[in-house]
Amino acid sequence: MTAQTIAVPPPARASGAGALQRLSTWLYRHPRLALAILLAPPLAWLGIVYLGSLLALLAQSFFYLDGFTGLIVREFTLRTYAELFTGSNLDIILRTTVMATVVTLACALIGFPIAYYMARYAGPRLKPLMYLGVMLPLWSSYLVRVYSWKLILAKEGIVTWIFAKLHLLWLLDAILSIPVIGGPSLSTAYLGTFLVFVYIWLPYMILPIEAAIERVPRSVIEASADLGAPPRSTFRHVVLPLAIPGVVAGSIFTFSLTLGDYIIPGIIGSSRPFIGQAVYSHQGTAGNIPLAAALSVVPIVIIAIYLRIAKRLGAFDAL
Amino acid sequence: MAVIAQALGDRPKAPWGIRLAALAGILFLHLPLALIILYAFSAEDKSYVFPPPALTLKWFPLAFDRPDIWAAIGLSVRVALIATALAIVFGTLAAAAIYRSSFFGREAVSLLLILPIALPGIVTGIALRAAFNIAEIPFSFWTIVVGHATFCIVVVYNNAIARLRRTGSSQIEASMDLGANAFQTFRHVVLPNLATALLAGGMLAFALSFDEVIVTTFTAGQQTTLPIWMLTELVRPRQRPITNVVAVFVIAVTFLPILAAYYLTRDTHEVHGSGK
Repeated sequence: MTAQTIAVPPPARASGAGALQRLSTWLYRHPRLALAILLAPPLAWLGIVYLGSLLALLAQSFFYLDGFTGLIVREFTLRTYAELFTGSNLDIILRTTVMATVVTLACALIGFPIAYYMARYAGPRLKPLMYLGVMLPLWSSYLVRVYSWKLILAKEGIVTWIFAKLHLLWLLDAILSIPVIGGPSLSTAYLGTFLVFVYIWLPYMILPIEAAIERVPRSVIEASADLGAPPRSTFRHVVLPLAIPGVVAGSIFTFSLTLGDYIIPGIIGSSRPFIGQAVYSHQGTAGNIPLAAALSVVPIVIIAIYLRIAKRLGAFDAL
Repeated sequence: MAVIAQALGDRPKAPWGIRLAALAGILFLHLPLALIILYAFSAEDKSYVFPPPALTLKWFPLAFDRPDIWAAIGLSVRVALIATALAIVFGTLAAAAIYRSSFFGREAVSLLLILPIALPGIVTGIALRAAFNIAEIPFSFWTIVVGHATFCIVVVYNNAIARLRRTGSSQIEASMDLGANAFQTFRHVVLPNLATALLAGGMLAFALSFDEVIVTTFTAGQQTTLPIWMLTELVRPRQRPITNVVAVFVIAVTFLPILAAYYLTRDTHEVHGSGK
């Protein structure tokens, strides 16, 4: 709002334009009001529809389901939250958090070299192609990409075929017989769920890391080399610390998306539920909406804590 | 600087370990999709056997003749179009309000815009469902649209605000100084500048909405969008070949607008980091 003082109303050409002109000038003289008019529709939508819904959800979590009548008692209570700390619910929360952590670590490990190559080595023709190659799966076909792993991990599918061709079926069986992460087949084991999670969320990790490394000035790297650092220690002491905010930014996505997903563990994996699935079944067939609401507050709280830590590590500058 | 150095060809050569890891990573991201396309031509219809015993084209006409699939596609397209239109209106307004003014609560407003995609889809979904239940709104076409529009706004907003920041306000001030009113300035100066960014944001929003399933399962009643149709097939596979064909169709429908969005904003890297 810098040019406020030089707003000279130009001559009106027609009476219709004159009205618009007057309205325009009037808005110009009242920038706060103009701002309010611009902001009102999106704020009304998000405020009423979205925040309202979140509050409704929060309110529900303080009600409880009467076990005898099967009706929801609408009075303030913390007993639904207390239920979260009982055996099976605590298991679900723990299982989901561990999975989200492991998936995040794996995404960072696999994603870093790709991002590093894209930012530092890819030529002007290769880079846009790689960028597209990461961006396309990020934006599209979530369900189709989950589905593809049903084909890949099926007992008669390509993974088994490759292991058979390499005469390594014994290895596959050995992996599957590992307790906890194994199972009757890859598509019904935690290992399968883990693979699919990593596959689906990997692009979310690559792009922020790539952006962070891209921002490291070339001169800084040259300076490090001029001062006698071999490439390895330039990477270790210059590039890596500057890339960490990107890794943390990416981990926000992979962690939060894994916490809240209920489709992937339902399609690929063992029958032991994750938070998302528990929420879904409580609000659906079980009709226990308070418990579903309280359970869905859990990922919000975990993510809020995670965001606080991430903010300290400077992740928001890398988003 | 870096660009000149690259053009001169003194780019450092990557160690083979990094090159291999990058190549493997990109293949990991794309081979599964290639496999889906292969399976759409597989003659086997009872299992996911690899390699396919024979290749055939017969599933494509079969899928083409299915009225339930066409109905699902129609519903998904209508939802995506209306959600995108709403997102473009709200996202542009929010971007125009936020990009150069500072006001109390500006940070809170941008947080509110990002929240629907920052929180897990299941939270958005169940929250909307709880609200519809409390307000006694029956589930319908419009409840799906409301959910989709909510998380699409930020996509348009991100693209629009990046473009506005890049354009700066000198052109707008020049237009006003030369006597154009706010509406003329918007029509002849702001909109032409913003058009490709809005188109790109709209395309991304369309792609996002077209295959969204998590929020949709909570906000749809008996309505079957294409992703919901696919989800039931995934949980209980009954018509594998048809599902494969539909999967290929979904890949095509969502890839094309994203490619278009990329080329529309290629020079500016606006889509950079604007993750879901």
